[in-house]
Amino acid sequence: MTDVIEPAAVRAETAPERTVVSMRHVSKLFSNGTLALKDMTLDVRRGEFLSLLGPSGCGKSTALRIIAGLGAASSGSIDWPSSRINARGLPEGDVGFVFQEPTLLPWATVLDNVYLPLRLNGVSKSAARPRIVEALASVGLGDFEKSYPRELSGGMKMRVSIARALVTKPRLLLMDEPFAALDEITRQKLNDDVLRLWRETGITVIFVTHSVFESAFLSNRIVVMRARPGQVCADLAIETSAVRDAHYRTSEEYRATTDRVSRALQEAIMLGAQGK
Amino acid sequence: MTDAIQTANIAEAGTDSAVAIAVQRTSLVERVLRVVIPVTMVLLAIGLWQMHITVNQVPRYIMPAPGDVIMALYTDWGTLSPSLLVTLRITFLALAIALIGGVGLAIILVQSKWIELAIFPFAVILQVTPMIAIAPLLIIYMPDTQSALLTCAFVVAFFPILSNMVAGLKSVDHNLLNLFELYGANRWQTLLYLKLPASLPYFAAGLRIGGGLSLIAAVVAEFAAGSAGKGSGLAFRLLESGYRLNYPRLYAALILLMITGVAIFAATSFIAWLLLHRWHESAMKREN
Repeated sequence: MTDVIEPAAVRAETAPERTVVSMRHVSKLFSNGTLALKDMTLDVRRGEFLSLLGPSGCGKSTALRIIAGLGAASSGSIDWPSSRINARGLPEGDVGFVFQEPTLLPWATVLDNVYLPLRLNGVSKSAARPRIVEALASVGLGDFEKSYPRELSGGMKMRVSIARALVTKPRLLLMDEPFAALDEITRQKLNDDVLRLWRETGITVIFVTHSVFESAFLSNRIVVMRARPGQVCADLAIETSAVRDAHYRTSEEYRATTDRVSRALQEAIMLGAQGK
Repeated sequence: MTDAIQTANIAEAGTDSAVAIAVQRTSLVERVLRVVIPVTMVLLAIGLWQMHITVNQVPRYIMPAPGDVIMALYTDWGTLSPSLLVTLRITFLALAIALIGGVGLAIILVQSKWIELAIFPFAVILQVTPMIAIAPLLIIYMPDTQSALLTCAFVVAFFPILSNMVAGLKSVDHNLLNLFELYGANRWQTLLYLKLPASLPYFAAGLRIGGGLSLIAAVVAEFAAGSAGKGSGLAFRLLESGYRLNYPRLYAALILLMITGVAIFAATSFIAWLLLHRWHESAMKREN
């Protein structure tokens, strides 16, 4: 795997079968009258690390939940061009979701927590075991199978949550501000790990965040959203030939990228404030 | 690669203090004191009781001395033990039915708010009506005294278990519910793997309350309903000894009831500990 990102122009011309999921004119009106999303159209291409960036209330989490099938869109459609669709209109076992909270079963061990998605799919524990072990090893928690969630630190709980999302070997990983509650050092460490997993597995990631720095570090595409109503404001390709590591964090190139993303976000915030 | 992450983890553990699986070692002194203090206090109370009898020369037909009670326990065991068994049988049978019924009905109730609206009033009415007031009626409606007593004890123990379970089944973390929905869990899987385990702390609370109440209800019901002769429980022995001014035996019966109550409390607490000690705050020590 390489860190060289294709230019946006090339990606835009890619064939539709490279689209993992596409949102078509999706709007979401909540029962309290809030228009959380207005006419959002977004194609997520295979292998992308896409960040949805925006101020709170811009509907970025709502968009992610609609893609995951948690709550239906008020209008518009979600298409999965290259996945087998199950009865609920979702791609079978193709989506992993990481919540803002670790959302682990407190009464179950780390092993059983990671087993859960497979268990719900009727996979026996013995058959699931190699996959659980692999998923745990990939997040560096191989030695913690028998631990209970409360015995783990916040960062480790998040790792379990990521392992659980990866255990079904999904093609698309949805992450909803997963590291917002963690301290900066732990967060950087987890960012490094998520990037590594992305490179190693070729998985497509949609990452919701309100952090310019996090999105600029992780993504090769940033979709900036505005609030009132939630809409896509800017679609930035983040290209770099540099390896994204600790050095990259202090590089001039990274600073330039964060400046660019910050400006786009500022614009989005202003549009949202004007309510136009 | 994984090695690097392992070390990274250890580094992370350094910045994140909650990692340590701190097993708190209680000192030997503390462990001994934990037993010695309560036992000493009970012995002290018995000593005070004996002193009161000796100093004030209380006659035996008003209040027996501890020694008299122990003697009565020994000599009247032939009368008391069958009654104890009867009371125990009613208590545990009532608790068992209340557990099955309470958990079962709670599961049905939380399936839909309409079912809950339809059924919950009856549960509340049953609960708020003083059992002692309906006991005489039950005696008439039930085929025999035993089943009337059993019904009384059941009615009393049932409600705390039901209401705790309903609260438990409803208080499942919404994120976890979302997670189950995301992975396409069906109703049955959500109940089995999420809702039931999540309500274990509530079940434990219901069990402890219900366990104590079923014994109390078994005794009170016998007082209210009245039973006599063979096949009667400890409550009847209490009344009978009272009428006959056989106070040592009355005290002995009382002590048997107390021991039963304490044993039920200890057993239900132990079950709660077994269910929760690995993961729930209520069954764990604070870590600081």
